[in-house]
Amino acid sequence: MQGYFNEVAELLGPLLRGSEVFTCSFQGEESDFVRFNKSEVRQAGTVTQRTVSIDLIEGRRHATGTATLSGDLETDRPRLAGLVRDLRAQREHLPEDPHLLYATDAPSGERIMENRLPDGAAAVEDVRRAGRGRDLVGIYAAGGIHAGFASSLGQRNWYTNYSYNLDWSFYHDRDKAVKTGYAGFAWDEAAFRRKVEGAAEELAVLAHPPKTVAPGRYRVYLSPRALYDIVGMLSSGGFGLKAHRTKQTPFLRMIEGDERLHPRLTVTENTAEGVAPGFQEAGFLRPDRVTLIEGGAIRDCLVSPRSSREYGVATNGATAEEMPLSIDVAAGDVPSADVLRRLDTGILINNVWYLNWSDRPACRTTGLTRFATFWVEGGRIRAPLNVMRFDETAYRMLGERLAGLTAEREMILDPSSYFARSTASGRIPGALVDEFTLTL
Amino acid sequence: MIETLRRRFEEAAPRADHCTLRYVRERNERLSVRQDVVQPASTALDEGAMIAVRAGAGLGYAATCDLSVEGLRRAGRRALEWAERTAGKGVVDFRKVSPPAADGEYETPVRKPWASMGLRDKVDLLRRECGRLKTDPKIVDWEAGLWHTEVETFLLTAGGGTVRQRLVMLVPNLTAVASDGKDTQSRTFGGFLLGRQGGLETLDEIRFTEEAPRVAGQALELLAAPDCPSGRMSLLLAPDQMILQIHESIGHPVELDRILGDERNYAGTSFVTLDMFGTYRYGSELLNVTFDPTIPEQFASYGFDDDGLPARKEFVIQDGILVRPLGGSVSQARAGLEGTANARATSWNRPPIDRMANLNLEPGGSTFDALLRAAGNGVYMESNSSWSIDDSRNKFQFGCEYGRLIKDGVLGAVVKKPNYRGVSATFWRNLKAVGDRSTFQVLGTPYCGKGEPNQVVRVGHATPAALFADVDVFGGA
Repeated sequence: MQGYFNEVAELLGPLLRGSEVFTCSFQGEESDFVRFNKSEVRQAGTVTQRTVSIDLIEGRRHATGTATLSGDLETDRPRLAGLVRDLRAQREHLPEDPHLLYATDAPSGERIMENRLPDGAAAVEDVRRAGRGRDLVGIYAAGGIHAGFASSLGQRNWYTNYSYNLDWSFYHDRDKAVKTGYAGFAWDEAAFRRKVEGAAEELAVLAHPPKTVAPGRYRVYLSPRALYDIVGMLSSGGFGLKAHRTKQTPFLRMIEGDERLHPRLTVTENTAEGVAPGFQEAGFLRPDRVTLIEGGAIRDCLVSPRSSREYGVATNGATAEEMPLSIDVAAGDVPSADVLRRLDTGILINNVWYLNWSDRPACRTTGLTRFATFWVEGGRIRAPLNVMRFDETAYRMLGERLAGLTAEREMILDPSSYFARSTASGRIPGALVDEFTLTL
Repeated sequence: MIETLRRRFEEAAPRADHCTLRYVRERNERLSVRQDVVQPASTALDEGAMIAVRAGAGLGYAATCDLSVEGLRRAGRRALEWAERTAGKGVVDFRKVSPPAADGEYETPVRKPWASMGLRDKVDLLRRECGRLKTDPKIVDWEAGLWHTEVETFLLTAGGGTVRQRLVMLVPNLTAVASDGKDTQSRTFGGFLLGRQGGLETLDEIRFTEEAPRVAGQALELLAAPDCPSGRMSLLLAPDQMILQIHESIGHPVELDRILGDERNYAGTSFVTLDMFGTYRYGSELLNVTFDPTIPEQFASYGFDDDGLPARKEFVIQDGILVRPLGGSVSQARAGLEGTANARATSWNRPPIDRMANLNLEPGGSTFDALLRAAGNGVYMESNSSWSIDDSRNKFQFGCEYGRLIKDGVLGAVVKKPNYRGVSATFWRNLKAVGDRSTFQVLGTPYCGKGEPNQVVRVGHATPAALFADVDVFGGA
């Protein structure tokens, strides 16, 4: 798709008038999606999509438009010409934008990963084999993901990855299941088999009679996937400059008061070791790392180009949403192999579900345990736990009650695919937490 | 366009047992003014088609934004490949599922088209309303916005069937954020719960230009208010909270694909099982819930679902008894149950699955004052701000923007951070009174997420206010 995007960018130049400038970003993918239920295929198909977004700028006035591209220049030429015409007409009715900022001197570049994906049909057969005699449900998504940026100032950036993400569960009965992810860039049958065997071992424990605990406070271990979801929730307004300046950040009590997270907690937007593109829609490049939390306190914010203009702080290549895309929580010193012994008696939470705010200014979240969550006694898994609701502030679970982070971390490739397959990722340890509050 | 597409489809469709082309063209325009600064106006035009092919027991799809004969031919071949590769390996035997005989048209009635008002006038309207939200130095963020959508869809079958639909939607929004020290409170009008079909007449119907002072005033009121009290008490919910209560604890649990297990890896399963339909007491006898695509201004009204099944009003819960699932033609065949026309896709690039569309609580017989009197003492809550429910759709917790105490049957002081929690299977049995038509509102949200690959669709919920007894209510940290 890179060649086609370059042709599109070349085509836009001659459409400009006078002192007009364009910036142009591109998103595209060719993805196979195969959905499974009861170890059989539920839906199977392929999606090919290409979208271009253009910001047509003259001085401080501008208008933005997005359109799908067919991939055929003769078809797309009049579509693009029409879009530019419409944007020019709209711009006449809009005032100057004091917060407009786009890249004028960022370097061009590209990051293109090699295509080492398996044949989709072969991967599907591997998954069906893994499900034999079991109840497997989930999705295999695979293919190329592409992003581009171009401007009339000559900047060109391109990104391609070829990845797969198999996100599946083995079900025991009703809501008792083991959730597993196997994602990457080259399908390794042996590695996949190990994942399947690990999940099958946990599945066997789900056959034990489940335990129901009373609401109260418990020592828990949050797996890397559970902590990824919790940090993801905190990322909704937690690290963006706009949310901080408009007092809508859930970390309000850190910036207006003296609340702090655990002094050993460090959170970074780690673009260098993530999977997401290193540039954003206005052409700015992301630095390798932005430290968001250091020593348990807020350090830097993610700053979009608009926030940069609005608040007079240099942008660090954040998207308009100012959300991390490559979140990194620093490792601790608890060996993963020692987690159950250190947990001793409490709850092993492998997955959390449906997080939301109970009290946003207090950074208090609620959510539920899900999938393989176990009651542990004397350092041994004793029984699956029936679903429980938790309600806890970040200042407790990642602050005063954080008992340790694991020394090993998991690299999690986000399986979400709303509108397009995600390139977000996380490098996350597990967390031991004391007095974690369960409410229902 | 439809004639051109039909010609190309006939040329490109693979030889197969059954083949459809679903074309979607969606145009979105979003305008907003934040802190009196006009935000970048954005227009998005999304256009593409999905070809679905049946071969023996299998069904495959391929979606493309290349609508040329060659582009459709490639998609058709790919869809056929998937159908053939997965035939006999599927959880559904498509030989046993009759595709709906798709034929007909539907169009949103529009009295004041979006284009009847110029861009400059729309921006001026939003500037005025935005300016009226900044009433105090403690208002730290404020915004007024309009989101207009037009969707044109064609469903063509290789046998000559055609469904043509054109939907027009508007989502208005006002937001005021007040902050002082360590607390911040937001108040919205709309808040992405006021989506409707129609044109600019919607703004008159909802009195868009009368709401800014109330929104700003209540944000400031909340900042000064005490936390919502904790305890078990009567709970009166306004329609803009009922929308989420219906959505999460009735709508999702009765989706047939969840009950059949398709969603267990992502959106979850359901506490509802197939054997409950026709006998299970879901709520008190005041509970009457309908799948109703016939209210023209409601957000998810349509004539046909995305598989081409004609849509009509059906009771899902009648006099408290669960009578019918939300399930389209494929799920109905799998489950052996009658359902609803609700196989829906977010756009051309995702396959249809069972979704809510319009799911409504039918009005009861109580005026708002009568609901307050019946509550006696308790809390009244407006405007959803937080929602969370377990994967079986049982243990829920909701938060609202705005609460007021009810004392001796009369509305009292404002309280902030009102939350409540409960269990679906018992909560609806504590439904004590349902508001009449004077309390009924037609609402909708653009953001209902589900499915693998993930899909977000628009859903409508029309509902009166409703009163519940003995609910676990609580406030902030």
